[in-house]
Amino acid sequence: MTSATSRARSRSAGSPAGGTAKPAAPKPAPPAGTPIRVTGAQSLVRSLEAVGVEVVFGIPGGAILPAYDPLLDSTKLRHVLVRHEQGAGHAATGYAQATGKVGVCMATSGPGATNLVTPLADAHMDSVPVVAITGQQTRALIGTDAFQEADICGITLPITKHNFLVTDPAEIPRTIAEAFHLASTGRPGPVLVDIPKDVLQETTSFSWPPETRLPGYRPTLRPHGKQVREAARLMTRARRPVFYVGGGVIKAKASDALRELAELTGIPVVTTLMARGAFPDSHRQHLGMPGMHGSVAAVAAMQRADLLIALGARFDDRVTGKLDSFAPDATVVHADIDPAEISKNRKADVPIVGDCKEIITELISAVKAEIAAGHTAKLDDWWTQIDAWRRTYPQGYDWPKDGSLAPQYVIERIGQIVGPDALYVAGVGQHQMWAAQFISYEKPGTWINSGGLGTMGFAVPAAMGAKFGRPDKEVWAIDGDGCFQMTNQELATCAIEGAPIKVAVINNGNLGMVRQWQNLFYEQRYSNTDLGTHAHRIPDFTLLAEAMGCVGLRCETKEEVDEVIEKARGINDRPVVIDFVVGKDAQVWPMVAAGTSNDEIMAARGIRPLFDDDDVSEREL
Amino acid sequence: MSVHTLSVLVENKPGVLARVSGLFSRRGFNIESLAVGPTENPEISRMTIVVAVEDLPLEQVTKQLNKLVNVIKIVELEPSSSVQRELMLIKVRADATVRSQVLETVQLFRAKVVDVSPEALTIEATGTADKTSALLRMLEPYGIREIVQSGMVAIGRGAKSITASAIR
Repeated sequence: MTSATSRARSRSAGSPAGGTAKPAAPKPAPPAGTPIRVTGAQSLVRSLEAVGVEVVFGIPGGAILPAYDPLLDSTKLRHVLVRHEQGAGHAATGYAQATGKVGVCMATSGPGATNLVTPLADAHMDSVPVVAITGQQTRALIGTDAFQEADICGITLPITKHNFLVTDPAEIPRTIAEAFHLASTGRPGPVLVDIPKDVLQETTSFSWPPETRLPGYRPTLRPHGKQVREAARLMTRARRPVFYVGGGVIKAKASDALRELAELTGIPVVTTLMARGAFPDSHRQHLGMPGMHGSVAAVAAMQRADLLIALGARFDDRVTGKLDSFAPDATVVHADIDPAEISKNRKADVPIVGDCKEIITELISAVKAEIAAGHTAKLDDWWTQIDAWRRTYPQGYDWPKDGSLAPQYVIERIGQIVGPDALYVAGVGQHQMWAAQFISYEKPGTWINSGGLGTMGFAVPAAMGAKFGRPDKEVWAIDGDGCFQMTNQELATCAIEGAPIKVAVINNGNLGMVRQWQNLFYEQRYSNTDLGTHAHRIPDFTLLAEAMGCVGLRCETKEEVDEVIEKARGINDRPVVIDFVVGKDAQVWPMVAAGTSNDEIMAARGIRPLFDDDDVSEREL
Repeated sequence: MSVHTLSVLVENKPGVLARVSGLFSRRGFNIESLAVGPTENPEISRMTIVVAVEDLPLEQVTKQLNKLVNVIKIVELEPSSSVQRELMLIKVRADATVRSQVLETVQLFRAKVVDVSPEALTIEATGTADKTSALLRMLEPYGIREIVQSGMVAIGRGAKSITASAIR
């Protein structure tokens, strides 16, 4: 897919995100609004500069070639040449999650564009602001099955917030401005801009800022006052309330406001997989993560709640379990910026549409008014019950009986040694759940993962993107050996372009989560889950790391864990890969089996707290 | 399931129909009929979409439609407070022996004959779905050769209008 004629470029491994000197002298910017004559490609690059893009992840190829020429002259845009377009897409997502800015990726037509499909679907499910620029066949050839032609707008219709096919070079600045506006406002999401090669080549005029026109796009930011007051009324009268916090709180940068509201009301907080870090794990009111692999306290509190205040969450099936029996006694306050999420799965009694930060801020005032009027929720009995759950069923794990290394211990130690200021990026599977459970997140944006789509292979490229976005931060990818083998080619990018990330491969030699399901639900018939990484040591991850220009380390015993983590932390001139060889039988607990009620949560195999304790909890409440 | 008529104002841009129809199929809804045409504003088209769904899924599909960037406005038109019409062209077998009987039926339904040949008549009928299907029942005995039917179009009764300018 990369064209043989693409220009050879060399770049020394410098610090990420800038710092690399470029030969061309900076052009003085024209006064705002004055049109100048440029090619479509120059117009594209200038537009990207004008919207504030600093880093673009991509690979050139035939149709996008014209855009790569002016890119070489840009002093504002850093292009990171990745090894696979999927890597570019996830890197843009990781960059966006780490910085809160729009992540940008670029690819050529046809296979370049279709390789972006997975990351775009991923960003769509997790509402991540990403803009993808793709080259397209020339206008006259569209629809003729021309070389490297793919109808990428048609293909990405259901997995983007919006997409554009630009057929007039004069439309480039406006389209880019609209794409970034759409991606970053309202409920964020990916936007694709497809530009035919001849549109990039044609001469046109460029002026900035362009006039944007999106008559059908008006996200509601300010919540409805009456609904906010009703929510506050319920919150100060409930006996068993729970804040159900989703990723929207992080996207709205509402963590501080959330903390104020939580402390004002004394209501317990659960943070979903997408919201880990939105509320400090160390906070007394935090019960952990809800859902399939949530803590017993979080799941039980939601099941027994009389009021759920959902903030920027979407009642995903991995959180609710069997929907009919989810939080059966709860009145639901549902606050979200996307009206389509409200009452989609669970009927909301009090719907609030708006930006989470505005909603929480207004809730604080409304709750204060209720408190001033003498209404305060009395939650002592509720906390007694919750503390009993927490005491009886703390998050924990057993060491494997075969003497192998416990994967949970490895992840827990990484979290403890590296601390809450680092960024943690996970793939998908057991290691992801353990990273969500056993690392203590204190700050928003420090936990980056693929939640909705569950994209294996997310970690390495997303960690790379995060490192380019936050070069000042220590970035750890917690990956599985299955995931790692899907996208590790980006280690070469990290090594060459200067993104010294740390990759902890939690290597259990298997597709661990699938194996866990086979163990629990398929009579231990392990069909095609053994990757052979243990039996044959193929690939040897340390040698693979070295081949990619990284440092490869291996750890097989408990005694080595701290030492190897410290060693990795000391290496900052190149990426480090640690092959943590762990036991294959470790399982993720607690667990709510798919399709069953959250009441059936098992703290460990065969231990069902909410069934066993039912008479106790009924009496105490 | 109940039938709902949605009047949807969209930007007149390529691909909008695909976005709208794709959304319906993706979310598992069947479109009964769909008519698209220009409006008084050349930049805006109107889609009249008839769907058979319960109230709750209808609310969800309306919200999802509203999320499409090119969708400007959605109004549900109640049958009681709107005029709803579809157009039907019917080619019916009618030689000299039955032509006068067929013409009588056409007049009864206030339909029009738009083409005549020795063997057949082509009839143009507009009206509600009830009316056109009643006409079809009456013509059936003569032998219907071909039917071409438009989607339903609808407009609210009274002076109020559904336009994009009303939202600006």
